[in-house]
Formats: sequence, structure tokens, C-alpha cells
Amino acid sequence: MQVQEQIDIQTLETLCRQVRRDILRMTHAVQSGHPGGSLGCAEFFVAMYQAIMKHDPDFNMEGAGEDVLFLSNGHISPVWYSVLARSGYFAVSELATFRKLNSRLQGHPATEESLPGVRIASGSLGQGLSAACGVALGKKLDNDPQFVYVLMGDGELQEGQVWEAAMFAAHNKVDNLIATVDCNGRQIDGDTNDVLSLGDLAAKWRAFGWEVIESEGNDLKKLIIAMQKAQALAKKGKPVINLMRTEMGQGVDFMVGTHKWHGVAPNDAQLADALAQLPETELGDY
Amino acid sequence: MKYTYTEKKDTRSGFGDGLHELGKTNPKVVALCADLTGSLKMNDFENDFPERFFQVGIAEANMMGLAAGLATQGKIPFTGTFANFSTGRVYDQIRQSIAYSGKNVKICASHAGLTLGEDGATHQILEDLGMMKMLPHMCVINPCDYNQTKAATIAIADYQGAVYLRFGRPKVPVFIPEDMPFEIGKAIVLQEGTDVSIFATGHLVWEALVAADKLAEQGISAEVVNIHTIKPLDEQAIINSVAKTGCAVSAEEHQMAGGLGDSVAQVLLKNNPVPMEWVAVNDSFGESGTPEELMIKYGIKADNIIEKAIKAYKRKA
Repeated sequence: MQVQEQIDIQTLETLCRQVRRDILRMTHAVQSGHPGGSLGCAEFFVAMYQAIMKHDPDFNMEGAGEDVLFLSNGHISPVWYSVLARSGYFAVSELATFRKLNSRLQGHPATEESLPGVRIASGSLGQGLSAACGVALGKKLDNDPQFVYVLMGDGELQEGQVWEAAMFAAHNKVDNLIATVDCNGRQIDGDTNDVLSLGDLAAKWRAFGWEVIESEGNDLKKLIIAMQKAQALAKKGKPVINLMRTEMGQGVDFMVGTHKWHGVAPNDAQLADALAQLPETELGDY
Repeated sequence: MKYTYTEKKDTRSGFGDGLHELGKTNPKVVALCADLTGSLKMNDFENDFPERFFQVGIAEANMMGLAAGLATQGKIPFTGTFANFSTGRVYDQIRQSIAYSGKNVKICASHAGLTLGEDGATHQILEDLGMMKMLPHMCVINPCDYNQTKAATIAIADYQGAVYLRFGRPKVPVFIPEDMPFEIGKAIVLQEGTDVSIFATGHLVWEALVAADKLAEQGISAEVVNIHTIKPLDEQAIINSVAKTGCAVSAEEHQMAGGLGDSVAQVLLKNNPVPMEWVAVNDSFGESGTPEELMIKYGIKADNIIEKAIKAYKRKA
């Protein structure tokens, strides 16, 4: 808790607002991308890179002695790219190249162009937990005490591979692994409850042998406390999962309460409306 | 005959022994297996290096992801399962998490092709070389006997990048000298000839040598080239050989579409379009049977190579 007291929540909330502007402007510029889930996870990425993780923006692939984070639901790349850039991994101006030809900022995260901060390609869903689990095994072999984090979407849990990895991590006591699920209850075709209901996720993960916590993903202070709790629960023989409630489209009134903005970019008028709700901060637009 | 053999051994044992050797010499090597440790001959590695061995259960997709993650940490993961479950079942995982992500993972695939035998077509993958060679950044290796498989297993640990290593279940002649160096991407001319080039991979290399011997009795001088690396392909070796012989036959335990033959044909079309014939399975699934019966029924024996070699030779005229 003492770490938390040192964190200036107001500064981080300002950063969240700037990140949301980045997401909207990036997707608008190329009229493609996934603003909804990205907006919902602004607090998560800001919390991780600004308050929770020990990490070095002078990126190297192995990340020895660092906490490392994997994004499994790669379609929310805009929020990750924005936070990586604003945490010093690459120039903020590079956000303007998102999804354009010859960019390092591919539609879905990739390593082929060597974008700092990205350690594996993602986007084809269900694969990130396995990879993160492999990294956690590697850290254990190297006696590296740092954590491995991974974010998944809730709809992504419909992929069977996630549960293969869940079983493996519990059986092998991969307890340096802290997963988070973005529980926004929505996916591209509709609400998860309508498409393929996920049931009682907390009970499911507990039944798979994981330590489960639940958190409020759009409340920065509560989320930071939750992630600190996750750290405290880790390294006790069980992998840890944080079921994080968020709102898809958080921060823009007409984007919340619907799955419509999962993979649709705002047009000119919608962008203007959205940005008016999120005034530019002293950090400045890219 | 320049090459001969005194014993038959399964190529999967060459993999198992090579992997065990790597366990002793390279601390970065780790191994993963999806509930087929005995079938893949990974027991020695598991017993001697338990902290570097991961039993993943019947969960191949997760195994590929774990391997990608371990590679991210500078480990050299070797995954082990049947060829069918090493490729088609996990194609997307290999594509995204390994090949596209540039991960240094060695996908080691046993029980390839028809000759796993009685289990039948559900397990007899004949499309794996095609699938794997289409993936950018993927190196594809199909060694021909126990010694070459062992040497290849050891060699790929020092190669930076994703590798698909294919081997099999049946005992086949051991004819490659134990001390023959294995160089990735370098074809080996096992027998020189002047009338027809036989480009063979996997255990059909032995069939090609038998065929060449019988062709000699008929006055046809066949050159036998062991293409152990399907990708990157030794194009110069193919060009050099057909420059002498003027016609070619490919031989592989794989579908005709997408296999070694197609790769050879591309080289020939671009450089020296000579008559060429294929020895491969022709757009068909396999079935239950002994390896020998299946090789005969599906036309991948020495006799089939002889027939195609004569056909290619006559087409030159």
C-alpha cells in the first residue's frame, strides 16, 4: 500500500485522458481499428506501465530482471501503443503511423518490425496466455523474481487454448504469472451473454486451480490496489487472475453501453464530439 | 553400391538421442512434449534434465505457445508430438506465435507420413512439408536415417530461427556414416550419375539408392541427391545435377502437391526446364496397413522410382 500512496493519481488520470484522445485520433485517421475495447483499457495500461511494473523503456526482448506484459487480445493495440509511446518506448509522434504502410505500429501487435515493447505477435485470439506462461517458466528457470502479466479479452475466453494454458499453469504452479481479463461483456457480434455466455468466470478459474480476484478496471485507484493485491497473492503456488470489469468505449458517452464500437472508427463528426468530451491535456496530442 | 547398411533403426530414436546429447552440451535447450514422450523417444532427456522438460499433456496448441514464450526468454525449445499434431492441428499457433513472431522454436515431428502404419489416415499426415514450407521464416528439414536425424537434431540447436524437423516411426536402413557432417540447406550427392537425377528426401533416399542400383543394371546412370533440407532449398545442387543428367525425379513420402517435388520443379522451371517426374502420394489419404504394404499401395517404393526415372529419361529424347 505504501507504493500506492506515492502514486499521483491525478497525473495518471490526465495521462488516461490523453491516451483516450490518442486512441480516437489514431483509429479515426485510418478509419479502422478497435476503439471500444481500447478506450475501456486505458486505466489498465496506464496503471501497469506507470505504477505497477518494473520495466525499462530501453527495450530488450528477454526483459531479464523486468516485469513483462503480453497483450493477447491484440486488436486493442491502439491503447497499448499509446501507453508504450507515452512511457518512453518510442516517439509519441510515431502514433501517427498506426496501421499505415511501412509502419512499426501494425493493426495488431507484431515483432516483425521490431516495435519496442512488443515481444510476440497477437491478434489471432487465445494464444497470449500460453506464451506468457512460457515466459513465466523461462523466468523461473533463470531465477528471475519479476512477474509476467498478460491481458485477455473476455470474449477471447471462448477459445479452447486459453483453458489448455489455464490447466497447465495451475498444474505446474506457474505462480509468477498474473493474468487479467478485460470483462466488458461485449464482443464484435454482440454481448458475450448473447453470443456465447461465459458463465461464472470466477468459479471457472477457481475450479482450474487459479487464485481469483475481481477489480474495477475504470477506477484507476481501485485498479492499482487490485494489482498490488494480485502481486501479494502471487508466488504462493498458484497463478493469479484478475477479472477486471470495464466499460467498452469508456470516456465517450455515445460509445458506452453497446458493442457497436468494438471495431468501428469514428467519422469526422463523431471524432469532434468524442474529443470535446476529452479535452487535450498538457501532455499534448501526438 | 557405395552406401550399405548393417542395421535398421527408427529416425525418431535419432531425434531422441540427438536431443539427449543437446541436453548435456547446451543448457539453453528445453523440451516440451504433448503426452507422447515414449513415442518421441524423449525419455532420456526427461530423466536426465527434468527441470528443462515440460510435460504439457494432450494440449498441442498450448505447447506451441509455451515454446514461443520460452524462446522469448532465450531458451531453445524443442517441441515433440506426432507430425499431424505438430502442424495441421496447430498451424495458426505456429504461424502467429512462432513464425511471424520470429521465435527460435524447433518443432520436432515424429510419425510422419504413411509409414506410421496401422493407426491409419487420421494420423498419417502427408501435407506437413507443404504447410510448413509455405510459412515465411520456417526452415524445413526431413532427414533420411537415424544418423542423419541425430546430426540434424544437434545442428538445428545452433540455427537461429524456427525449424520444422520431420522424422518417422518405422525402422529404416542406417546408411549415412555417423561422422558425416550435417549442414542445413546443403544437399548431399550420395551417388554420382549422368542420365537422370533423383532428388529424394526422408527415408525414400534409401529407396532412391536401391533404385539407382537397379537402374545401373539396365544401363541407366542415376545420380542420387539427398535433399534433407526442403527449405531453404539447395537450388545450386539441383541446377548442377540436372546440368549433367538432363532430367529429374523427385521422391518423398508426402502429397504430390506442396512437397519436395514442387520445390524442385520451381527451380527447374526458372533455370533449366527439363523433363521431371514425381514419386509421391497422389491427392489421397492413407489407410491402415503395414508400412511396407502402404508404401507399395501408394507408390513410393524403389520400383516406383525406377519406373519414373525411366519415364523421365525417355522423355529427354
